[in-house]
Amino acid sequence: MSRPIRAVVITGNGVNCEKEMALACRLGGADEIDIVHIAELLAGRVRLGDYHLINFPGGFLDGDDLGSAKAGVNRLLYAPVAGRNDHLIDQLRAAIADGKLVIGVCNGFQLLLKAGLLPALAPDKARQTVTLTHNEGGRFEDRWCWLQVDPESPCVFTRGLERLYLPVRHGEGKFVAESAAELARIEEKRLGVLKYCHPETPLPTMDYPWNPNGSQGAVAGICDESGRVFGLMPHPEAYLFRTHHPRWTREPGLPEEGMGLWLFRNAIDYIRSDLL
Amino acid sequence: MIWRIEVALKEEVRDARGDRVQRELAHHFGVVTERVRTIDVYTVEADLSRETIERVAIGPCCDPVIQNAAVNLPLARDFDILVEVGYRPGVTDNVGRTAREAIEDLSGRRFTAGEGVYTAVQYLLQGEITREQAAEIAYGYLANELIQSCRIVTRGDFDRHQGLAPLVPKVTSSAEPKVTEIDLDVSDEELVDISRKNMLALSLEEMKTIRAYIGRPEVRRARRQARLGERLTDAELEALAQTWSEHCKHKIFAARIDYTDEQGNSRVIDSLFKTYVVGATEEVRRRKGQEDICLSVFKDNAGVIRFNQDWNLVFKVETHNSPSALDPYGGALTGIVGVNRDAFGTGQGADLLFNTDVFCFASPFHDAPLPPRLLHPRRIFEGVVTGVEHGGNKSGVPTVNGSIVFHPRFLGKPLVYCGTGALMPAVVNGRAGYEKKARVGDRIVMTGGRIGKDGIHGATFSSEELHEGSPVTAVQIGDPITQKRMFDFLLVARDRGLYHSITDNGAGGLSSSVGEMAEDTGGFVLHLDRCPLKYSGLQPWEILISEAQERMTLAVPPDKLAEFLALAADMGVEATDLGEFTDSGYYHCLYKSRTVTYLEMDFLHQGVPQLQLEARWQPPRREEADFPMEEDLTGALCALLGRLNICSKESVVRRYDHEVKAATVVKPMLGAQDDGPSDAAVLRPLAETFEGVVVAHGICPKYSDLDAYAMMANAVDEALRNYVAVGGDIDHVAGLDNFCWCDPVQSERNPDGCYKLAQLVRANEALYHCCTVYEVPLISGKDSMKNDYQIGATRISIPPTVLFSVIGKISDVRRAVTMDVKRPGDQIALLGRTRRELGGSEYYDFLGLAAGVPPQVDAAYGRRLFKVLNEAQRQSLLVSCHDLSDGGLAVALAESAFAGGHGMAIDLTAMGGNEPLRDDELLFSESAGRFLVTVRKQDRQDFQTLCGDLDLYWLGEVTDDRDFRISGSGGKLRVTTDIDTLKQAWQAPLKDM
Repeated sequence: MSRPIRAVVITGNGVNCEKEMALACRLGGADEIDIVHIAELLAGRVRLGDYHLINFPGGFLDGDDLGSAKAGVNRLLYAPVAGRNDHLIDQLRAAIADGKLVIGVCNGFQLLLKAGLLPALAPDKARQTVTLTHNEGGRFEDRWCWLQVDPESPCVFTRGLERLYLPVRHGEGKFVAESAAELARIEEKRLGVLKYCHPETPLPTMDYPWNPNGSQGAVAGICDESGRVFGLMPHPEAYLFRTHHPRWTREPGLPEEGMGLWLFRNAIDYIRSDLL
Repeated sequence: MIWRIEVALKEEVRDARGDRVQRELAHHFGVVTERVRTIDVYTVEADLSRETIERVAIGPCCDPVIQNAAVNLPLARDFDILVEVGYRPGVTDNVGRTAREAIEDLSGRRFTAGEGVYTAVQYLLQGEITREQAAEIAYGYLANELIQSCRIVTRGDFDRHQGLAPLVPKVTSSAEPKVTEIDLDVSDEELVDISRKNMLALSLEEMKTIRAYIGRPEVRRARRQARLGERLTDAELEALAQTWSEHCKHKIFAARIDYTDEQGNSRVIDSLFKTYVVGATEEVRRRKGQEDICLSVFKDNAGVIRFNQDWNLVFKVETHNSPSALDPYGGALTGIVGVNRDAFGTGQGADLLFNTDVFCFASPFHDAPLPPRLLHPRRIFEGVVTGVEHGGNKSGVPTVNGSIVFHPRFLGKPLVYCGTGALMPAVVNGRAGYEKKARVGDRIVMTGGRIGKDGIHGATFSSEELHEGSPVTAVQIGDPITQKRMFDFLLVARDRGLYHSITDNGAGGLSSSVGEMAEDTGGFVLHLDRCPLKYSGLQPWEILISEAQERMTLAVPPDKLAEFLALAADMGVEATDLGEFTDSGYYHCLYKSRTVTYLEMDFLHQGVPQLQLEARWQPPRREEADFPMEEDLTGALCALLGRLNICSKESVVRRYDHEVKAATVVKPMLGAQDDGPSDAAVLRPLAETFEGVVVAHGICPKYSDLDAYAMMANAVDEALRNYVAVGGDIDHVAGLDNFCWCDPVQSERNPDGCYKLAQLVRANEALYHCCTVYEVPLISGKDSMKNDYQIGATRISIPPTVLFSVIGKISDVRRAVTMDVKRPGDQIALLGRTRRELGGSEYYDFLGLAAGVPPQVDAAYGRRLFKVLNEAQRQSLLVSCHDLSDGGLAVALAESAFAGGHGMAIDLTAMGGNEPLRDDELLFSESAGRFLVTVRKQDRQDFQTLCGDLDLYWLGEVTDDRDFRISGSGGKLRVTTDIDTLKQAWQAPLKDM
């Protein structure tokens, strides 16, 4: 009997996709899944290092009041962990250095990126070099998008995948890099894992609504150089079953299993073969 | 020390907020600006070092990739006029609250009393704008004067080195807490005056009842023992006013009504609520017997029905009309987070599952002058939609169903209906999940937000028309994140069995929540001075009735108190022990150990005298329309598709997250390109079963002026049609009635009150009739009775409106049916009877005809039809199914066709079985009880057999092109166009809202 694969889903302070994220982990093959309130982490009762897969689900951390996930990043950086001198960001960095997997979806992606954990190319690894800001249309939008997967990406979550169809549900999802050079570095290292694409061509596009927010380079998700830290705006945990698909009543032959599940299964498979 | 942090977007970054303002200024004021940029301002009053503030500015406050930040230095440049909009003292500032928490995390230092963060937004307008125009823009669009204040500075006046001086909108009050006694031994005029001046909304008779109570010798004796004088205290009078308000007590629905019909026959109705609403439910439950699905009706915050063995469904719909009229954003936001608390606080607590919203507005394109104090409908539209967007999305609850209804008289007051459904465990800690009961000795614990002056007199204010003196404090702004934290905490507390009862603090605040919960035990002792306050200076009576948001009241057993409070502290939620539930029989509040209220519970809850009202029904006279029909009806169809009540609401729908929680199976927009209008929502809340929840609604204010009976009957029918169309089980569904009326109490200022009350009676009769025949129990509802505007000689009364919402079950979500046609060759059929019922129809309104009769509902026939459809769905015979409503058959055909991406060839002569109708009548009549379905060719006979003697007309088939053709009598082509043209007509009007 191999060791159990453990996943943690962080919740609290406005996170709202924790249950379906936990379900995705379970269906993806994780053995033990804990939904953990951030208060538990700050109280020191739970440590991130005890898990193989760390999930930051979508939601509205602190209402996105200072800009999406900004107050959440601040909490990772500065809120004291009871009985210790470190902060949650230190636990997170240690887990990443240890080979663990981290995924952030939507608000969770905003969090990872503004905490400097993605793409983490700066010499000073903590510096934020890219952002996710207000959609080009200026509005929150819920709509399904086609995504092209870069087969050359080091991302372990997307191994073997070509295209995904998932919903975006955000007001601040426009990917912007601090410079053209930074965007080029991301492309060059094949870290721009997911691109919004046209449903027919299917090539990355800047055209609305296929690219729903005007993201530079049509970037919908990126990973770090290890391929184990991954963030994306679309919601994979929103497409776990056939009946999640917006056109399941009219498209015959859709598989029972949703495409979002593939990302979680890949993660668990990687953990089983490379991490345990 | 006061610091001012400014955060601006870098020059090359697009300012979406500024762009929107620029667009709206051009629209509303005809002011063309070259550019509008915005700056976020944080004013921090706290003992912090410059080094810390610098870290705050470039840390949590600023996104370094796109923004710059500065401390005590202005960033504004390149503008002609600068407008800075900040909150008035005491108004909820959510961003300020988050900034404070972030600074506390960053600095490792808690803010002390009096320290705080206040936010503002600077708008930098570039262009030729006069100061007068700027003031108009500032107060007419950028700010809402009730809750915000502005500073307007021209380029010439701006100090480029110092910028604007920091402004700290702190509540400063030196008022000493005091209790005032009120002398009620005065003349009738003075009694009325006391009620009016204090915003109590109590009638003379009610004031006299209170005076009689306080004068009773045994009451005086008891008061002496409690060390109270012979006069009522302000807190007591306020408590009575809240509890007895129309909003809380539903006095009109409980009134004794003398009703006279058009023939002069009179009868007495003793409570509309008991007779018709409760009466219908009792009758349905009796008929259903073992199949009864009701678990908790009319007694809790929301209704509860069975879902399956392990789970119950909770549903509640509220209105938030008056606050939304004053502050559309805050009012609507508060509406949605408020109804979330209702559903959450039902039974021992329920997990939120979905939201619904229905808005009634005047046209956003209204271009006539506005009466004083009314906001332009476009501002109301934008504010309400954004408020519900923020409230729903940030709470993590999907908005799955809704509509927007337009009528010119909603100018006087918009209607904002917000609904919430929740999932409740059938059993919680060994007790039925829907049961709750406070016990003697339980502690009164308040959790969530703090108390301020916000929302004082909300309950009494909404029991009045909108007038000159409508209070500013009635406006609240919800905070979904504080509430979400509280809910996260309370679900843990529920599952650990840490409380006996829970309820929401809504209208009437603690006065209502504690007062109502104490009915379980028969009394309470509440220490008002222990309540956590946002700022000092609140009077005891203000603490008692404040409607400050995000608060729940709980009954916590003493032996669980420590664990409850510790868990709260752990999860960052404030919880305070305020007193005890007793069996003393008294509503007993103290302030610093001194009694400030001592009222008999019985008097408070049962003492309000029953209203005696008169209703007289006189049906309006209507002629039959007499006009020639256009030979080609293509233009009429396109025009109808583009009417506000029919056209696409996609621009609004997409702003609401409709699939968070991953339960939504039938989404609001669907079809080949995900842009067709769904009839209803289907959710699958539990991954372990395919059982689903179906949610739908009906609302038909357009028939009110013809006959409120028809308005109500059609709303019920529409809701059930929508529900059944997607696959909802007609034998497992419950209804909610939300009445919004114009004042039905006759008075000098309201000369047609008797007629409006008769309309109300007739609507109730229709409700009773339809629900009993359809066998749909009512489980919850609400009424809002004073939806009028009166300033000066202008009176605008809304059309009487009932939202009928339904919730029920589908046994397997995989059998759900959507409204879009699926493939060429499928057979198109109309199910149900079409009559010449075009009164109030979109077609007649488009033609400018005030004629005709409204649709009549044949509920017995309708129920048979619903049963047949359910059976067809069970046998998977239906490929698509769409309800016929606004715009009739033609609109339903067009919607199904363009949603499905296929053309249609339709022949109306197949409808020969109907009374002889003209082709335009067949196409545009809005007769109730009809569905448009498509079935596979090979299933046609089976479906025909299943329908038996029901009216079924085979109209044609789905084609493999994009052409849309309808031929009528004599083979004449009545509509000839293509689905892209139709879709465009349908999408155009509100596309850019």
